[in-house]
Amino acid sequence: MNIAARPAPDSLPLRAPSLQTIGMTKTFGAFTALDDVSIDVKPGSFHALLGENGAGKSTLVKCIMGFYTPEHGSVLLDGKEVEVRSPRDARALGIGMVYQQFTLVPCLTAAENLVISRADAPAIIDWKAEKQRLEAFMERMPFRVPLNEQVSSLSAGEKQKLEILKLLYLEQRFVILDEPTSVLTPGEADEVLGLLGDMARRGEVTVLMISHKFREVKAFCDSFTVLRRGRLTGAGDAQTATVAEMSRMMIGDTEIRERAERRKHNDRPAVLELAGLVAEDGEGRPVLNAINLKVKAGEIVGIAGVSGNGQSALVEALAGQRPLKDGAIFIHGKPFEPKRGDFDRFKVFGLPEEPLKNATVPRMSVAENMAFRAFDKAPMASLGWWLSPGPMRKRAEELIDRYRVKTTSADAPIETLSGGNVQRAVLARELSGDVDVLIVANPCFGLDFASVSEIRSQIMEQRNRGAAVLLVSEDLDEILELADRVAVMSGGAIGYVAAIEDTDRNTIGQHMAGH
Amino acid sequence: MSQGDLFIVFIALIGGAIRVSTPFMFVALGECLTEKSGRINLGLEGNLVLGAMVAYAGSYTTGSPWLGVLMAGCSGLVLGAMHGYICKLPKVNDIAVGIAFMSFGIGLAFFFGKPYIQPTAPRLEAIPLGGWSSDPLVAQALQVNPLFFLGIALALFLRWAFANTRWGLILRMTGDSAASARAMGVSVDLVRLLATAAGGFLAGVGGAFLSLFYPGSWNEGLSSGQGLMAVALVIFARWDPIRCVLAALLFGAAGALGPSLQSIGVSQGYYFFNAAPYILTLFIMIASARSKSAAREAPGELSIVK
Repeated sequence: MNIAARPAPDSLPLRAPSLQTIGMTKTFGAFTALDDVSIDVKPGSFHALLGENGAGKSTLVKCIMGFYTPEHGSVLLDGKEVEVRSPRDARALGIGMVYQQFTLVPCLTAAENLVISRADAPAIIDWKAEKQRLEAFMERMPFRVPLNEQVSSLSAGEKQKLEILKLLYLEQRFVILDEPTSVLTPGEADEVLGLLGDMARRGEVTVLMISHKFREVKAFCDSFTVLRRGRLTGAGDAQTATVAEMSRMMIGDTEIRERAERRKHNDRPAVLELAGLVAEDGEGRPVLNAINLKVKAGEIVGIAGVSGNGQSALVEALAGQRPLKDGAIFIHGKPFEPKRGDFDRFKVFGLPEEPLKNATVPRMSVAENMAFRAFDKAPMASLGWWLSPGPMRKRAEELIDRYRVKTTSADAPIETLSGGNVQRAVLARELSGDVDVLIVANPCFGLDFASVSEIRSQIMEQRNRGAAVLLVSEDLDEILELADRVAVMSGGAIGYVAAIEDTDRNTIGQHMAGH
Repeated sequence: MSQGDLFIVFIALIGGAIRVSTPFMFVALGECLTEKSGRINLGLEGNLVLGAMVAYAGSYTTGSPWLGVLMAGCSGLVLGAMHGYICKLPKVNDIAVGIAFMSFGIGLAFFFGKPYIQPTAPRLEAIPLGGWSSDPLVAQALQVNPLFFLGIALALFLRWAFANTRWGLILRMTGDSAASARAMGVSVDLVRLLATAAGGFLAGVGGAFLSLFYPGSWNEGLSSGQGLMAVALVIFARWDPIRCVLAALLFGAAGALGPSLQSIGVSQGYYFFNAAPYILTLFIMIASARSKSAAREAPGELSIVK
């Protein structure tokens, strides 16, 4: 047992390090992901790393963490050059990172996760002594999580907190957070970031946070660095810089997104009606708890909520991927079974999240994937079963052209396309016909700026043409921009529904937290 | 059926449970260990049969049955390590490799085992625990092999080690989330290789029990799928060593049903009762497939769970 030899964390000099990168360059083949990037994070600062998707933020922190070896450039910790060849080296230097995917082991308890993460975990664990030490550690921490619960039963927010606690437990004083608040309610996010900010101000940790939420940057960070297309485009004091300045550094001057035009409708009839939907997960725990909702023609209803509160289950239930335990779906007052025939009859279309996984067959060609809705109808098929590849290909080429899908040819496997182009290809398939009901989930997740505005205007166009649109999104800004009404999901139930003009971000945030 | 007959059947069932359960127990504990690391070794039937042959041959040539047991374990260790090594190669499916190893182990045992079918090897001695009773039936039923107690001790040890040792936590971590294990610098392949090899060792010891104690000789019809049933048993036991022992006892009792009914003269449906363990396996598989708590406790990395 070598625990006794470990200095008690109280007696350690709790000193936050500084970190600089100098001239970091990283290429992947012909693509330059990072081009001569130098950042400077002062000790005890809460530093934001801003940038669009694909701007090189992740590449930069992965170079710092030792996942990638940069072609040029060096990392300075407290002014001294350090060699980080692997995440293990980073850990030994006291650099830790909270990833977007959790690295906790679901079947172990929180306490077991903490103890086993230590490099010097004893061969035989004296749980009584360890628990005491953990309790003492938790006492000093700004937030705590139940130690004896299995991680799989913790909420996403608790898991995120535990990830951060783990870094502090391992005495890592340079903490990198990769979009830490995407799984938290606004309230939880404020709590976690606020407390980390306090620790940074006391000089106990230095925090580098990847983010694209200006609100958080303005509220909690003291300095920031912006990357665009792998280059450094700006840095400064987060408190004095304005959001407009930061956003210009992020997206450049040229691209200012146009908001899709919203056409006024008079009162229209309800088209999609969800009546008491109940569903369970694979282990018999309820994920949908009597969902009641109506969507009118020419209306976008946005479903807001922290990820993992049943939104995916709802989309799966509507798409026929998850059986309903109870409840019914009506379209135009008639019962709707989520089956191919009914999708066709009621003109229900959808863009699920992760379309490559949920809406395509990755190894089939773009043309075949685009024909999924119509391959058994004329002109692609005669008698309903004899398929002709000619018309299929011709139709796909029209759609590729119209929706500007970037692909080498209509015959390329759809998995070779980039994320945004898969999204466009699926959207082309789903929106090319006459749409009565449209179900979209996180349609802009991980897309670049241009694609986002294009896809949002497509959705708005369907609404303006009179479709009933159900928009499930974890991006509150997206919902505030597109929706006519917002419904908040929390714990598998819809707790709050309001017209968008009668509500605001704070109210929605409180309901996301389940209040 | 009289009171006396019932008593005879009951004693025979208990004796049978103790006797027949031991190989189930060892294979199940070995499989439990392997599956906790996130890999399935369906080839333990091969380890069992090869272990039985090697133990018998070892006992016959050295004259020491315990040396035979050790050799059987080592033969299982080698098979397990080979399974573990092959499975770490890219794009290899552990279930397919397991089936290949089942045939390989059995084939090896038949090939090298031919000369040992005739001769008689020294067998493991039992501990007579029925001395307190004047009833010869009780005395006979309570002839317990030391391996039975060894298996129970092993189950207790595994249960403790899974929760209280660094190795136990690393094993469970590897079995539940390989990505986390890698992020912590654990070599996932090495952990699985060791777990599969150790599991193979235990299955080999289980085989030694077959040839050196009960039934107590080496022939090609020695095992009748115990190794495969033990895999089902691990799922039924929800990856808990103690429950593995209880499930093994249940299977043992089911296996003893036919002979014990025959001992009181009920020979009707003899073959049906002999098939009891197989029918039990089938029902257990159906029941546990529907069980939602089983899904919760399954190691997340198992290929059947993913």
